[in-house]
Amino acid sequence: MSKVIVVTSGKGGVGKTTTTAALGAALAQAGESVVVVDFDVGLRNLDLVMGAERRVVFDLINVIQGVAKLPQALIRDKRLDTLWLLPASQTRDKDALTEDGVQKVIAELREKFDWVICDSPAGIERGAMLAMRHADAAVIVTNPEVSSVRDSDRIIGMLDSKTEKAEKGERIEKHLLITRYDAARASRGEMLSIEDVLDILSTPLLGIIPESEEVLKASNIGTPVTLSDRSSAPAQAYIEAARRLQGEDVEMTIPLVRKGLLDKLFGRRAA
Amino acid sequence: MSMLKLFQRSGSAPVARERLQILLAHERKSVGRSDLLSILRDEILAVVAKHVALDPDKVEIRMDRGESVSTLEVDIEIPSKFATA
Repeated sequence: MSKVIVVTSGKGGVGKTTTTAALGAALAQAGESVVVVDFDVGLRNLDLVMGAERRVVFDLINVIQGVAKLPQALIRDKRLDTLWLLPASQTRDKDALTEDGVQKVIAELREKFDWVICDSPAGIERGAMLAMRHADAAVIVTNPEVSSVRDSDRIIGMLDSKTEKAEKGERIEKHLLITRYDAARASRGEMLSIEDVLDILSTPLLGIIPESEEVLKASNIGTPVTLSDRSSAPAQAYIEAARRLQGEDVEMTIPLVRKGLLDKLFGRRAA
Repeated sequence: MSMLKLFQRSGSAPVARERLQILLAHERKSVGRSDLLSILRDEILAVVAKHVALDPDKVEIRMDRGESVSTLEVDIEIPSKFATA
């Protein structure tokens, strides 16, 4: 049975697109068929992070408006056979995203793929609402930082009231993914700890992604971080998170990023 | 700055945690329903404005949201021609 997941956060810049690409690639590497869908109409970026920006012909809005058929808009990943991308449009008209249209496209994607992963735009407006509307599960991306935690709380409230599942009286499955975590700073009391965030948001933890330069490196070259260097700390953390999404019981570890001596001496931090 | 402070870890995380807990306790209550404090503020100002021309610069409003008790302080300066009427 296929599963529709929304990657959401409220706040911008916390790592939704990175997470969508990384989880999508990790699931595809595990042999699942996956489509990642960009809902950020007007500000598409998933194509860029996936390294498919030069292959976009048709997009989500074209499919909704009937200009193109779904298979024409889907872009197959060059590295993984079972990974596909449905890009957002660059048009500024967000109203082109209609409730009926989104419902039809999601239903069609459900038939074709095991996993439909929707990359939500930031904010709580129409685009974000439509991205979460038909989801079975949500991955809430949060940085250990006050504004991000507050916005996540708001999004959790919306997931529990504004989604199709919630309106039917069912519960949407929620998973918290903490990104840009710096274990050393948290241990010094300079950053909210995992326990702090979990305590405040009371949502089950899907994974902890360490602050790491690998993440920027991966987006620079247009490769999901789980593909660019499988052994890196963030890649491992995403791979484990993907296994948990599949229902596997994987022990939670707090990832440590090894820093070189020079980095330590000059206090250089990961990008 | 004392030497002691210099060597103490700053540890701003507990402050962040406490601020978030108070804020979210409040925001969760007001989701779906509107915020009592804001309603009171608006209605009080409306009632006063019905009788007195309010000068926005002479109105001071302070709200303090606590975990168990919140306060609303409204300080409105009323020109003497109205006060004695």
